[in-house]
Amino acid sequence: MTSTATPTAGPHDDPVEPGWADVTASESSLRRFLHGLPGVDQVGAEQRAAGLGTRSIKTTAKAFAIDLAIRMVDLTTLEGQDTRGKVKALSAKAMRPDPADPTCPPVAAVCVYPDMVAVAKEALGASEVHVASVATAFPSGRAAMDVKLADTRDAVAAGADEVDMVIDRGAFLAGHYLQVFEEIGAVREACAGEGGAAHLKVILETGELQTYDNVRRASWLAMMAGADFIKTSTGKVQPAATPPVTLVMLEAVRDYREQTGRMVGVKPAGGIRTSKDAIKYLVMVNEVAGPDWLEPDWFRFGASTLLNDLLMQRTRLATGRYSGPDYFTLD
Amino acid sequence: MNTFEYAPAPESRAIVDIKPSYGLFVGGEFVDGHGRSFKTISPSTEEVLSEVAEADETDVDLAVKAARRAHSRVWGRMPGKERAKYLFRIARIIQERGRELAVLESIDNGKPIKETRDVDVPIAAAHFFYYAGWADKLKYSGHGTESLGVAGQVIPWNFPLLMLSWKIAPALACGNTVVLKPAETTPLTALLFAEICQQADLPPGVVNIITGAGDTGRTLVSHPDVDKVAFTGSTEVGRAIAKSVAGSDKRVTLELGGKAANIVFDDAPLDQAVEGIVNGIFFNQGHVCCAGSRLLVQESVADEVLGRLKRRMGTLRVGDPLDKNTDVGAINSAEQLAKIRRLSQIGEQEGAERWSAPCDLPDHGFWFPPTVFTGVTQAHRIAREEIFGPVLSVLTFRTPGEAVEKANNTPYGLSAGVWTEKGSRILKVANALRAGVVWANTFNKFDPTSPFGGYKESGYGREGGRHGLEAYLR
Amino acid sequence: MNTASTRIDVRKTYKLFIGGGFPRSESGHSYVVSDVRGRFVANAALASRKDARDAVAAARKAFPGWSGRTAYNRGQVVYRIAEVMEDRRPQFVEALRQGEGRTPAAAGKVLDESIDRLVWYAGWADKLTQVVGNANPVAGPFFNLSTPEPTGVVAVLAPQGSSLLGLVSVVAPVIVAGDTVVVAASTERPLPAVTFAEVLATSDVPGGVVNILTGSLDRTAPTLASHMDVNALDLTGLAGDPEQATELEIQAAANLKRVRRAPAAEPDWSVEPGLDRMTDVLETKTVWHPIGV
Repeated sequence: MTSTATPTAGPHDDPVEPGWADVTASESSLRRFLHGLPGVDQVGAEQRAAGLGTRSIKTTAKAFAIDLAIRMVDLTTLEGQDTRGKVKALSAKAMRPDPADPTCPPVAAVCVYPDMVAVAKEALGASEVHVASVATAFPSGRAAMDVKLADTRDAVAAGADEVDMVIDRGAFLAGHYLQVFEEIGAVREACAGEGGAAHLKVILETGELQTYDNVRRASWLAMMAGADFIKTSTGKVQPAATPPVTLVMLEAVRDYREQTGRMVGVKPAGGIRTSKDAIKYLVMVNEVAGPDWLEPDWFRFGASTLLNDLLMQRTRLATGRYSGPDYFTLD
Repeated sequence: MNTFEYAPAPESRAIVDIKPSYGLFVGGEFVDGHGRSFKTISPSTEEVLSEVAEADETDVDLAVKAARRAHSRVWGRMPGKERAKYLFRIARIIQERGRELAVLESIDNGKPIKETRDVDVPIAAAHFFYYAGWADKLKYSGHGTESLGVAGQVIPWNFPLLMLSWKIAPALACGNTVVLKPAETTPLTALLFAEICQQADLPPGVVNIITGAGDTGRTLVSHPDVDKVAFTGSTEVGRAIAKSVAGSDKRVTLELGGKAANIVFDDAPLDQAVEGIVNGIFFNQGHVCCAGSRLLVQESVADEVLGRLKRRMGTLRVGDPLDKNTDVGAINSAEQLAKIRRLSQIGEQEGAERWSAPCDLPDHGFWFPPTVFTGVTQAHRIAREEIFGPVLSVLTFRTPGEAVEKANNTPYGLSAGVWTEKGSRILKVANALRAGVVWANTFNKFDPTSPFGGYKESGYGREGGRHGLEAYLR
Repeated sequence: MNTASTRIDVRKTYKLFIGGGFPRSESGHSYVVSDVRGRFVANAALASRKDARDAVAAARKAFPGWSGRTAYNRGQVVYRIAEVMEDRRPQFVEALRQGEGRTPAAAGKVLDESIDRLVWYAGWADKLTQVVGNANPVAGPFFNLSTPEPTGVVAVLAPQGSSLLGLVSVVAPVIVAGDTVVVAASTERPLPAVTFAEVLATSDVPGGVVNILTGSLDRTAPTLASHMDVNALDLTGLAGDPEQATELEIQAAANLKRVRRAPAAEPDWSVEPGLDRMTDVLETKTVWHPIGV
């Protein structure tokens, strides 16, 4: 960015990004900065995303992509009807997605409501699978600040490794960027726990932001406020993750690293159901942000049904036969 | 671990059936030529694909006679609504045989299957659909209702099937018959189109396809019984045609070379602008008359745009045209490759800085890596001459006035690009650019409803849209 | 005869009209213009190659300003030419009487038609875009508009026979379209063109928009046809002379000029013209823009 300040890169686990003090000094300076980011042409962005979607990923490339996608799944259940049993089953599946095949890698994390964090934590034990918890009055984010912070602290206290917060879209759309910035910072502080800070994923709820310009601005706002990840959606609002939205976010993290040296992860969530879709996203990660992001530390899929399709495709590649849903567990 | 190598994803060649030799398509049948024959090769492998007849004067005359006969006896008299149905039929067959056409085009031309599949073939079909609908509505066109007669059409090698459709669809819709000569390096899809005409039961002689090189083309456009000449190709040949038809009654349209400026202002949507730059110059290996071959970037964002551009160029996949993941295919011919190399060397000698995306090029065939020259000035030959390859010249500017002045400082005037988020600036600059097509915040878009053609030495006449009918009516 | 009481005519030597001024030919040459019976009428400037080049330069210089005016304004300016012509009726009638051998009544009718022709074209200025432009429904999220734009500097060889109506009929469409023009007037009948130049100079037409050369086409036409800064060439004045017309068309190919070929015979200028004299000197520009939020 030519028109923007260049902050010095801060240590990864600093509570807020230190270099943005000038930019975040006032509502107006923050607005000037965010509105000074290059615009996004909707048609051009959508055509680029569609173009990347025509890549043909076959054989060895497909096998690589499917295993990578499995390792990137945040296996998610965020329903009012969630039970301890369901979360336990989900956790088991997260660790051993395909019990018949020990070469199948585990997923990245299990993503639940705060009250289920302890259950998941216990079920996952010492495995490498993380527990992610939504927080901050998910999914609407419509609660008082102290409630949001308490929600976050509860999740962290129960053992969440990762917190998926929602931003206040109302404030963002009203142009109260500083308020959103400060909220993210406060939640980030609330993520501090005994065993180190939980990683913070900031959900932009892009379906409510309406424009790609807003997606880009919200991405930068979240990164400047210290987000470890930027995430598209709660999954409760349509449209959820889309390729062009994710493209814009991948461009944002790419540019942010170029400017600050700090890498931020990206998590599309909601609506990604097939291996084919997942592979398109991986192509996009590869060609837009770059191969450095092709790790579960830097890219995740927020999904529930995606995993089964990945497993079916994985089996087909291994056996040459098409599998069916009866051969994989429902949860 | 995190290297995502795309495995080869080749489109199958099995769908195409290339015959060892082809004659000329005259009067509805394939006939032997009276002249010599020549070989057409695959530019990506240098493999000989087929042997094709080179039409001589006798052949050209027979083809024109067949077209004349078809015009006076059948096609010129046929009600528009009936002509329309033939064109609709042809459009449908192009769609149905789309994969075959795409693969064949890719093999013969060297362009990526991704482009033949998603651009050349669908737009070719769309042209026939579009002009089919005009055939019985000509009285509403404002350009008359009478056909001219026989059209002699000569097309280039960069978009063989697409250029064929740009030429044949409006000509036929208006009641003309045609003799079309495809380029000598890319005759195969035109010959397949001849089969499609047979399949559509198009009356004999309405479409005649004669293959050959420059001599055949010259003979065709100067044939005294040709009423209309349509040419797409180099300005040099266009000029020769303009001279050869002087004093005749022939109507002429010429779609010639270009050296388009692609202007990027500092408030542009940069990521999309970079895509537009890439699409502007690397689409179809830069073998595009309207290619955005001169990047004019505002000085304040020049470094940033170049950085992004080079990073993006690093992801371009150069190689096997039939691989579905190939972005940049083979240069169409050894001759064209030599020209690109020569001008690139001149660029270096004149002091411009050359950078090519790192990529492995195949051992056989004709290849040139996506290349960008920086530090280019208006005086450099690479900023003035059409390279017709994947070579971009980058110049900078400081003010809108300077951008427009540099953009217009060329004998060409085919196309231009403007990138800025400021609406009033787009309109002002688009107005000031002396070019027939201006792409604002996009580039290299084509549509059958949209007129295409140049100012100044980029030729005259328009193809596409209602305007495209003018060239074939009186 | 009492010569002392006979007033001697002031014999006129008419000049060229270039860039809004009336220069003599830089060559210093002039030629005698006679009436239909061969009697001396006046001297006219014999334009040289250099004069033709100067005229092209003047037309080029005037082009950005003229083409940049609103269509409404161009229409007003052309209409104003018609108004000023009305004021000079006697002069035009006299020129037509002498040059074309017409009766005063017939000359008056030709003048009426010439003025009406200007009025007709004046009205086109702000309608052309609507009639020949197009919004194109492309298959994608793009705004796509085709509009006519003037092609640039147009060289016109005016008809040899119809020295006023013909002249007006070939000049008006060019300037209405927004182009600037260098016109070579009828060689034998230049006086209506000279008077027309005086009208232009006293109306609102900016200098250089219309440039009028008198003299021999042998000198001016090849220069205009081969000039690389001329965008279009109208060979109407060579009606019935296919040989020279062909030669000039070949020269015009040097920079791909848009050429309007010479007709076999000079047309009947009294017929209402179509659009073609305007569309011949127009380009179509198509602008694309994405539609998004």
